[in-house]
Amino acid sequence: MAGATVLHGSADHAGRFESKAATREPALVKWTILAVSLAFFAVFLLLPLVAVFVEAFRKGWDTYAAALVEPDAVAAIKLTLTAALISVPLNLVFGVAAAWAITKFEFRGKHLLITFIDLPFSVSPVVAGLIYVLVFGAQGWFGPWLSEHDVKIVFAVPGIVLATVFVTFPFVARELIPLMEAQGREEEEAAVVLGARGWQTFWHVTLPNVKWGLLYGVILCNARAMGEFGAVSVVSGHIRGLTNTMPLHVEILYNEYQFAAAFAVASVLALLALVTLVIKAWVERRAGGAGHD
Amino acid sequence: MSIQVKNIHKQFGSFTALQDVSLDFPTGELVALLGPSGCGKTTLLRIIAGLESADGGQVLLDGADASDTHVRERQVGFVFQHYALFRHMTVFDNVAFGMRMKPRGQRPSEAAIKAKVTELLKLVQLDWIADRFPAQLSGGQRQRIALARALAVEPRVLLLDEPFGALDAKVRKELRRWLRHLHDELHITSIFVTHDQEEALEVADRVVLMDHGKVEQVGTPEQVYRHPASPFVYGFLGSVNLFHGRVEGDAVHVGDTPLSADKVELDHGAEVFAFARPHELNIVVDAQEARGVAARISRILSFGVTARIELDGAAGQLYEVELTREEVGHLGLEEGQAVRLVPSRLRVFERSAGGAAPAPVNAAPDWEI
Repeated sequence: MAGATVLHGSADHAGRFESKAATREPALVKWTILAVSLAFFAVFLLLPLVAVFVEAFRKGWDTYAAALVEPDAVAAIKLTLTAALISVPLNLVFGVAAAWAITKFEFRGKHLLITFIDLPFSVSPVVAGLIYVLVFGAQGWFGPWLSEHDVKIVFAVPGIVLATVFVTFPFVARELIPLMEAQGREEEEAAVVLGARGWQTFWHVTLPNVKWGLLYGVILCNARAMGEFGAVSVVSGHIRGLTNTMPLHVEILYNEYQFAAAFAVASVLALLALVTLVIKAWVERRAGGAGHD
Repeated sequence: MSIQVKNIHKQFGSFTALQDVSLDFPTGELVALLGPSGCGKTTLLRIIAGLESADGGQVLLDGADASDTHVRERQVGFVFQHYALFRHMTVFDNVAFGMRMKPRGQRPSEAAIKAKVTELLKLVQLDWIADRFPAQLSGGQRQRIALARALAVEPRVLLLDEPFGALDAKVRKELRRWLRHLHDELHITSIFVTHDQEEALEVADRVVLMDHGKVEQVGTPEQVYRHPASPFVYGFLGSVNLFHGRVEGDAVHVGDTPLSADKVELDHGAEVFAFARPHELNIVVDAQEARGVAARISRILSFGVTARIELDGAAGQLYEVELTREEVGHLGLEEGQAVRLVPSRLRVFERSAGGAAPAPVNAAPDWEI
């Protein structure tokens, strides 16, 4: 939510600057900058997005619908939703716990923990996937033990979920840490002095104060969970109908020259992203409003 | 409830916040912890509340050692400098919070809570804003709500951390008087932290002066103001004129001239600090006068009942004298005039060896003239 409030703050700021002749930029500067950014937006963001939908519907509605109800596509959509449904709540809990530990306690290795939270951002997703293959794969550390006990992780759903959890871990924690740091401990101290237990303090004081930031982090986390390609691709094994997520399914279809079907599935992903963006904008608006009253 | 602290020691890294502090807060008194920022007063208050733990020493609540008692079992009311109101709750919910957090068995009914909250909001004269959120209140209102919230759990002691620190001067003065009035009504043992000497002297039954993690003096406002125990206390409680002098014969001399004719029982040759309040200095215009120190009037400020006269001494020293306006007229004082300053009352502290400024802790005997 730090980002959200900054956005709204700068909007007010811009309004103030614009309204006064003394601080207003020349029209030429304004329109040049505006034109550059709009052109960039149109070419690199809007055009591809439109292209996805145009290509998806090129061969008509029937082909589009057929591509989506095809069993492999349905399985891919289901798997993507399952992975998101498991990894988002997990990262919600991990993220809150990590942010809580970092902002409310003093301990050795705190800076190390902060650095490690960012690891999934800095490491290539392919490496992240590879880590799981090396640890849980047939030739990996736990491979023999796992196969003995008939547990499949790599090239199966658990592997995909693990990779997704890894890649999306930082979103919630990264969003909460600056927010909770800025809020300090005073309200929690007040709650404890008034007799609240740890859980009560969290539920009645901490959580309501960070709820918008938390929601914002969850939305970003969810967007990445559904769209992740690299890490999932390594651990998936690309078994159709079993371990293909939507991004992987799109790739397979595309490689098989089934462009219309590929774009149809891609359009669903794009749609999910758009819905996420709308929710995110709404949360930002609410968070900005909450900050002012 | 009485509070005692015994030999409290607290260290933050290499910084010593509290150094062997022992104090006694009797039941029902309103005590001020007064000192400059960084003197350890807030740390002491937080240790008493249990929000901070001491490295050594004990906190006794009602005679029982509370060192291992959790904050929520200590039954203290704490008012934070920046209020720490729950911003997402209404005023009503803020005040009700403590009662609602009680274990199910001890929790009052919603009706009882409502009655209690209403009563407390009436007490702080804010029952008409129960439905507002903290952000919609003024600073003074927030502080009073914070106080109502602290009182809602019927604390045995009330601890206030710089309660008026963030308020403007006028509201501050009102709340100060109001707090004193409230204390006279409730008689709950209270400690408040402040760096404002006027606030401490005006509100408290007793004042504890602290500096550099140590207690400098404890006493009633009158005691500490009239009989400061150390140069620090003297300098901290109000304006002061400082003279660097030496005992010659049995009088304090500044340079070659005696400051005043009065005798002090300090060894001949002892280096001393001598202090006089602005109203304890007389201005002598007679050029033949042998006592006192030479100074030149730089400004006369005579807009109040009394006139304040600022003077430059030798070697860039500044003095301040308070006279009635009649006296100023009578003496015919003018800006730029050369005069002598003769103290009518002087407090003398022996200078510790090598110390250039007033030593923070003064074990030497001192004399009042």
